Amino acid sequence: MPERITFARALNAAMRDAMAEDDKVLVFGEDVGKLGGVFRVTDGLQAEFGADRCFDTPLAESGIVGFAVGMSMTGFKPVVEMQFDAFAYPAFEQITSHVAKLRNRTRGALGVPMVIRVPYAGGIGGVEHHCDSSEAYYAHTPGLKVVTPATVEDAYSLLREAIADPDPVVFMEPKKLYWSTAEVSLPVQGEPFGRAVVRRPGRDATLMAYGPTVPVALEAAEAAVDEGWDLEVIDLRTIVPFDDVTVAESVRRTGRCVVLQEAQGFAGVAGEIAARVQERCFHSLHAPVLRVTGFDIPYPAPKLEHTHLPSVDRVLDAVARLQWDDVPDDRFVAGGQALAGQGAA
Amino acid sequence: MTSTLLPPAGLGGEVAALLPRPVPVQLLDPDGRLTPDEQYDVPETEALVEMYRRMVIGRRFDVQATALTRQGRLAVYPSSRGQEACQVAGVMAVKPTDWVFPTYRESMALVTRGIDPDKVLTLLRGDWHCGYDPVAERTAPQCTPLATQTLHAAGLAYGERRQGRDTVALAFIGDGATSEGDFHEAMNFAGVYKSPVVLLVQNNEYAISVPLSQQTAAPALAYKGIGYGVRSEQVDGNDPVAMLSVLRVAVEHARSGGGPFLVEAHTYRMEAHTNADDATRYRDDAEVAGWSGKDPVLRLERYLRSVGALDDSAVESIAAETESLAADVRARLNADVDVEPLELFEHVYATPTSQLVEQREQVAAELAAEAESADAPSPVRDHAVLHTRADDPPARDHAVLHAAASEAKQEER
Ligand SMILES: Cc1ncc(C[n+]2csc(CCOP(=O)(O)OP(=O)(O)O)c2C)c(N)n1
Ligand SMILES: [Mg+2]
Repeated sequence: MPERITFARALNAAMRDAMAEDDKVLVFGEDVGKLGGVFRVTDGLQAEFGADRCFDTPLAESGIVGFAVGMSMTGFKPVVEMQFDAFAYPAFEQITSHVAKLRNRTRGALGVPMVIRVPYAGGIGGVEHHCDSSEAYYAHTPGLKVVTPATVEDAYSLLREAIADPDPVVFMEPKKLYWSTAEVSLPVQGEPFGRAVVRRPGRDATLMAYGPTVPVALEAAEAAVDEGWDLEVIDLRTIVPFDDVTVAESVRRTGRCVVLQEAQGFAGVAGEIAARVQERCFHSLHAPVLRVTGFDIPYPAPKLEHTHLPSVDRVLDAVARLQWDDVPDDRFVAGGQALAGQGAA
Repeated sequence: MTSTLLPPAGLGGEVAALLPRPVPVQLLDPDGRLTPDEQYDVPETEALVEMYRRMVIGRRFDVQATALTRQGRLAVYPSSRGQEACQVAGVMAVKPTDWVFPTYRESMALVTRGIDPDKVLTLLRGDWHCGYDPVAERTAPQCTPLATQTLHAAGLAYGERRQGRDTVALAFIGDGATSEGDFHEAMNFAGVYKSPVVLLVQNNEYAISVPLSQQTAAPALAYKGIGYGVRSEQVDGNDPVAMLSVLRVAVEHARSGGGPFLVEAHTYRMEAHTNADDATRYRDDAEVAGWSGKDPVLRLERYLRSVGALDDSAVESIAAETESLAADVRARLNADVDVEPLELFEHVYATPTSQLVEQREQVAAELAAEAESADAPSPVRDHAVLHTRADDPPARDHAVLHAAASEAKQEER
């Protein structure tokens, strides 16, 4: 029976069901036990499965991940929580040098079937160090899978798949979506890793989004109807593995593409996507691939985050610049007026 | 060294039981004479003879690897000559079913563990993987990111205990690496979860060029355990008898549920950090010579001869054994290794991503083209063509482009 539940609840249910099915699945991290995590995503897991299966660790992120590597070598499947995006950085060495590489360094003898859950991105009025979009660091590291759900259904389905995956998954949870709701009947199984999904079909241009920008893209596409544009919205769902096929197929059809990303733009995932689209769809493109991203600044204070975040208006501005009338985008012509900042470049 | 340091007065028995001795444990003096100890037993002579044998083999292997590196057969080799007592005692104190977590310095320990020397040197020959099967050998790949392996050892030990197995994990680590956060996080986690892990710090006085005095203000590294509730001990690391004895106690402590154990071994590396290092820039000959007088192999040999457990013929037969092992290592390392470029894409994920499949195909095509052009009777090498094309006209193209660009600029103005 379908039930209206939150995104956070769907994540919680995914862990609960995985723990019930396989006693090798463990959940640990900071405050995940009695408290149920600062976002309550692990609520009730300790009560249901005991403090052996869901437990609080000392406050040390490298320790959590490194310890989990060792535990995974004995057959456990750790699902660890990093309390916030920017507080996962102490674990970066363990993640990049060990979690990502152990399979390779042992010629396949030792995989690391681990999930590292990272609440990420902004839009919740968080103070500094609580709103980073850190996906590019992980996506740039071979050996990691980088997954980011945008719907309640995917929150459940992708997390179940992440836990079942033989490879390490950095599971990035858009914080601002924790309280979003949808009618779903659990358990639900969506498209597998490596499949992007068309969330809204359209003919005129493709909006490429993932995680926190998917709702922005959908809203922009609705607003664009009034302007006479029929926009397609693609939810990438898994940054790694990346679905070149769905992405290229869409842009070849629409001939125009805007990539959205909340993270600062320079050297980000959106740039990678734009390059891949350009390599594969050059002859179908009627305009350069544009990006709408955060600016190249540290994540701003709550009062200014709306200035930073990709907004519906900024997306529509970018769509307007897709050379509908064959006029080159003056932002990119030398000597043209303002050379665009990354924010709407 | 810090002989005036006694446990602070008023500490409860529990705390005192965790603290290391103020003076490193020694059971054999540098001349090979026993110095009796109330707490630590002298291991049975049989084990010590075996230890001697393995130390001699280990040293010969190490010298051979250093020589092969000079001849360019290895990309790099971090020698552990001088640290034989630590390398061998660590491995002898654990069972084959226990797990060992080595660093780059532990080639000798891995040979002692029974891993094929050829495989031990795979990584250092410049390959991308560790050479041996870590699951079959119960030995993690040699770890280079300092101290990171201590967390894996703590986690593995806990994971094993959780599943009712009595496995102990032994992690090697250097003195310099005790400054890394992961070492402290590992001790803290191991303490909290009572992981049966033994952390063996080989304090060889240097981290590359940096002496211990610049690494820490602690009276001894073994004192780092108390802050985490970890039982600790310090040992004369060039005393094979003390090393084996203390490590056996440490392993037993861990196995029987006592939790983690930290052992600091005071030793010295006789060679430079690696073949690529020049140790004369940071330490003088007199210092090195001083440590020659504390040689662990000679020390054990003197002792075993004095108790009649070793004679000339036994020493000779061990020497002969080591020579044939060295010859075998030489022969096998002089053979070129087959590298398979396509395997580079194989173990990044359990199943390669579509991007990796494409990249693999690209390299396969490049290799096929290379093979074809190598077979061709009068080869016009593809990349030679590319080179001439790339070398010649581009200069012109560049100039043309520049001219066009400045023209464009003029026009704009
Ligand atoms: C995290 C990290 N930082 C720096 C290095 C470079 N490095 C390799 S060995 C070494 C010295 C380590 O000294 P020590 O821990 O005393 O071990 P030893 O080499 O003496 O056995 C350094 C700095 C490294 N491998 N990892
Ligand atoms: Mg050292």
